[in-house]
Parts: sequence; C-alpha cells; structure tokens
Amino acid sequence: MPNQDRSGLSRRAWLAAAAGTAATGLAMTRLDALKATGPQEEAVQPQDPTRVPGRFVSEVGRRAPGEQPRRLLRTLALSSSSRTPLQELQGTITPSDLHFERHHAGVPEIAQEEHELLVHGMVERPTVFRMADLRRYPQVSRICFIECSGNGGGAYSRGRMPVSITPQQLDGLLSTSEWTGVMLSTILREVGVRPGASWILAEGRDAAVMARSVPLDKAMGDAMLAYGQNGEAIRPEQGYPVRLLLPGWEGNAMVKWLRRIEVTDRPTMTRDETSRYTDPLKDGTARQFSFVMDAKSIITFPSYPYVLPERGWWEIEGLAWTGRGRITRVEVSVDGGRTWADAVLQPPVLSKSTVRFRHLWNWHGRETIILSRATDETGYVQPTVHQLWDARGERTAYHHNHQRAWKVAADGVVTFGLGDLV
Amino acid sequence: MGPAKVCALVASGLLAAAGCAPDGSPAPDAGGEPDATGLAGHAPDRFGFGTPASEERVALWDIDVKPDGEGLPPGSGSVAEGRRVYEISCLQCHGPTGIEGPNDRLVSTAPWEEWPPGRAVGAYWPYATTLFDYTRRAMPQTTPGTLTDDEVYAVVAFVLNLNGLVPDDAVLDAESLRNISMPARDRFVPDDRTGGPVVR
Repeated sequence: MPNQDRSGLSRRAWLAAAAGTAATGLAMTRLDALKATGPQEEAVQPQDPTRVPGRFVSEVGRRAPGEQPRRLLRTLALSSSSRTPLQELQGTITPSDLHFERHHAGVPEIAQEEHELLVHGMVERPTVFRMADLRRYPQVSRICFIECSGNGGGAYSRGRMPVSITPQQLDGLLSTSEWTGVMLSTILREVGVRPGASWILAEGRDAAVMARSVPLDKAMGDAMLAYGQNGEAIRPEQGYPVRLLLPGWEGNAMVKWLRRIEVTDRPTMTRDETSRYTDPLKDGTARQFSFVMDAKSIITFPSYPYVLPERGWWEIEGLAWTGRGRITRVEVSVDGGRTWADAVLQPPVLSKSTVRFRHLWNWHGRETIILSRATDETGYVQPTVHQLWDARGERTAYHHNHQRAWKVAADGVVTFGLGDLV
Repeated sequence: MGPAKVCALVASGLLAAAGCAPDGSPAPDAGGEPDATGLAGHAPDRFGFGTPASEERVALWDIDVKPDGEGLPPGSGSVAEGRRVYEISCLQCHGPTGIEGPNDRLVSTAPWEEWPPGRAVGAYWPYATTLFDYTRRAMPQTTPGTLTDDEVYAVVAFVLNLNGLVPDDAVLDAESLRNISMPARDRFVPDDRTGGPVVR
C-alpha cells in the first residue's frame, strides 16, 4: 500500500536526518540498546544493485539484513515471557516469529501426528480427536488480538512510574494474528453437550498441564480451536498443534497445546483462576473470571526510544483494541490531555482486533505530552489511571488498560510521560 | 483433505465467515468474523469424525480436582511425611519455611488488615483442593508428575500446616481435604464489568 511505503521511507529519512543533529548520539545509542536483545546479522555492504546480478530464488525468505526486530526476553526460566516489538511493526498483523510468548513450564515439543484432543464430561459421546479429524471439520479464519492480562502492569504504581520504557517493554504482551481452525461449537455439537452443563475445563499438554475454566456460553459462541496462524501451522510458542482461541479475552485462558476439554456444570477453580489471574480490589474482594479485555490504546510513534530530530510535521501512530467488539474512535491529545482530536482509524477495523490509528501533527518544537484514548462500540472510553485507581485501588493486579502518555522534550527526546500527569 | 463435499462445506463456511448478508451486501460484521457457528446451512448434525473415548481412556487423562473434592484420589498423607517430601522436592525453590524463595512464596504471615496480602496459599488461595490439583499437575517444576498421590496429600498437608491451617498431627485424605475452609474463600467475587461507559 502506498501509505505504508511512504511511512517506511519517511521513517528511514528521519533516522538519517537525525544523524546530523546533536541528538543523534543519544538516539542511536538508545536504538542500539533496544536492539541488543538479539543476535545481529552482519550488515551487507551496499553496492549499486543495478550493476550486480541479484541473488537466486530461495525456499524460505528472510528479512532484510537491516531489519531485524526481536522479541524482548524477561528471564530465561521455565515460567517466563517474551514481548513483541510494537514500536518496530507496521499495520496490525504480528509476524508469527515475533508473537509474544508467555509459558508456565516452557514450550513442549509435540508432533501433530500423535497429538490427541479428548472431549468428555457432560457430553453424550466422549470422543478423541486427532489433528486429521479436527482439520476435516468446516474451517474458519478470523483476525484477532491476544493480550496477556498482566500487560501494562509496569506503569500503574503511582510512586514507580517508568520513564525509559519502550512500548515493547510496557505493552509487548500483545500480538495480532489471522487464526485458522474449527469453531469449538462445531466440536461440542459433535459430542453432544448434556443439559445442565455451564462451563468447560480446557487443559494443555505442557509440563504445567495448564488448565482454565471457561463459561459454556463463550465456548459455544466465538471460541475456536486454532491450528493455523498467519497462513501456516500455528507456531510451537503459540500452542502447536492446536490451541483454544477466545477472541477478546485474556490470553491465559486461551490454553495452548490443548489436549483435553471437560464439559462441566461448574468451574474447576484451577490455580490460574484463583491464586493468579484474579484482580484484588480496594474493597477487600478479588475479582474472579475477569476474562474480557477492556478498551485500550498506546501511541507507538513517537515513543521511547525514538527522538524527533526537528520540529514540523510528524505522524503520530499507535494501536487500539477492545475485547468487547469494535474500536469506534481513537482520540489523540498533543497538549497533555487539555484538548483532543479524532485520529484516523486505518482500515481494516475488525472486531476484537488491533486497529492502527494515525494523527498528523505539526510539532511546535517545545516540550509537550502526547496521549491517546480509545472508545469501543459499547461506549466504553479508555480510562485515565486516576479512574482505574478510584475504581480498583492502587494495589490491584491485571487489566491495566489506562491511558498511556509520552513526553516529547524540546530536544526531541521522547520518554514515557504518565509520571508527569499523576 | 480431498473429498469435494468437505471442500464445499469449507467454502460455505468461509462465505458465512466473510459476513455477507443474503443479498450480497456486507453485513455489519464484514471483515473476517465468523458467524455464530461457522457452519453451512446444510451441514449434518454430526460428521462422525473422531474416535469414541472409553472410560479407561478418560480416566487416564481426567486429572483435575474440583472444589467439592470431585477427582481427589484414594490415599492420604501426614504433615510429618509432607515435611520429608518438601525437603527433597520443594525446598530448593520455595525455601526452608515456604517464604524464602527464590520461587513463589507459599506461606503468608501478612496481617489481614492489608489487602491484597500477596498470593501465598494461606492468605489468598480460596480452595485447598486447588493446592492438591496444582501440585499434582505441575510440581515439582523440573520433574512434574513424579509425586505419588500419597506424597501430594502429604506435602499439601505440610504447606497448609506452615500456613497455620491444619495442626501438626494432621493427616489429609479426600474427605478431610475437601472440608478445609480457606481464609480467603469469601473474598472472591465474579466479574462485575459489563461493558458500556462505566469504569469498574
């Protein structure tokens, strides 16, 4: 698309332009630091490509040597995560090898030929499905986001607001893919759900045998058993050969490496729906089964560690998403929240998917704070952090969907700016 | 996937997925969201794919334990036996008394005026059955599934004892475990977020 080409060119242009400014050293240092999380390929010496024959066709393509986005690892542990480089991507689809990871006992190695899914419990016909069976059912595809409900928790504590934090570090437990598979309702219809059933238990084949309870309404609604991701088999890190997909709900409930579904009349109360993934509230209660991801947005450019090399026209861009359906509006403020303007929602605008928004901005060259706020089709407006503190308390956990802010200093250095607003 | 019949069903399913109204105009949901079922109108009630699962097969994988105790196996274990299991299989990650780490803290000594009190067993876990279920399915982290049912009962008894929830001479089995009342049980409430403009 012409827009994306132009955007790519202008990004390179301003990085090149930055090379001639006083801010350059800082900018390149920070970018280098950001990219130091993965192995770097040796840059190819530029030659005049019109004077040298190009390379031959290849069985598997690869990225340009100068374009090497990397996931950001937290710790090398069995229960850990890696984050998607939101500020380096375009459009809405996350390349499969950059989809965020969250594993509770590592990534299991499973051959799809010997994988089986057992569906039993309150059903007429307990059944074992092999992958060949699942693939024979009518197939569906949809684009939707997956977000860990712990995403964004790094910018919630009043006294510990980060400054030097990238979108990847803060909100990189968010990715979007085209998922392909079979509707779970098709499989449940096949086995015959008995009257009185109201929940399912979904269980994985990893070393944590990760298990979550899911209401039957969701299972019979838009839930899918996904075996495809962005045009190929789902990646091992995302649940190969088959995972549960619950569009719009917290990622932890979308059990990967799915091996068992038990239809029940009550939740099982597993560890990850009691001790974890519950939200302690200020009134002394803990919110349980808080599945839905509320509306949220984040500006990915300009953001830390980018530097604006000069005043003038810049296009602010970012991502917005909601688990309740469609994003209907994203507003951007370039004056610390005093005034707001509607951003352009870049098609496609899909239900329960990320949407890219853009807002053309003529920066005056003075310090300011920029923010975004999303509105979804239910009328829900992404709250301020003060609103969330008021509603849930300052010591709650998970579902931190409050507005994010970036401070653009007079020298063009961009840092996380929420601390300046609280 | 060869049969023409299946391909036709797939094609129909994708049409439905594309969200086209009967007159061909885009439905409000156009853009890739499947309809409620993803199935074509002429899909059969059952396709007959898959293999019937025997009771023995189900029993092999049906490992979960419900909060009313359903799924708890025969067997039992004492606090004293649990201490031995803990020292061999758990101490390295959770510390000598369940608070030292380096991994998750198991024991809470936080006063109840403070909320949330962390995520340790005694302070935050609403059901003792969950501790059995989780220990049996996922622990010890590097050798999951190696404890016998008796050892799981025992180490659960020991951890509950460290939290002051069962006495030093306690012996847990299915009956006694499901009857343990956890301090945090009544703290848990269902999600009250309903969409719309209200921030909860």
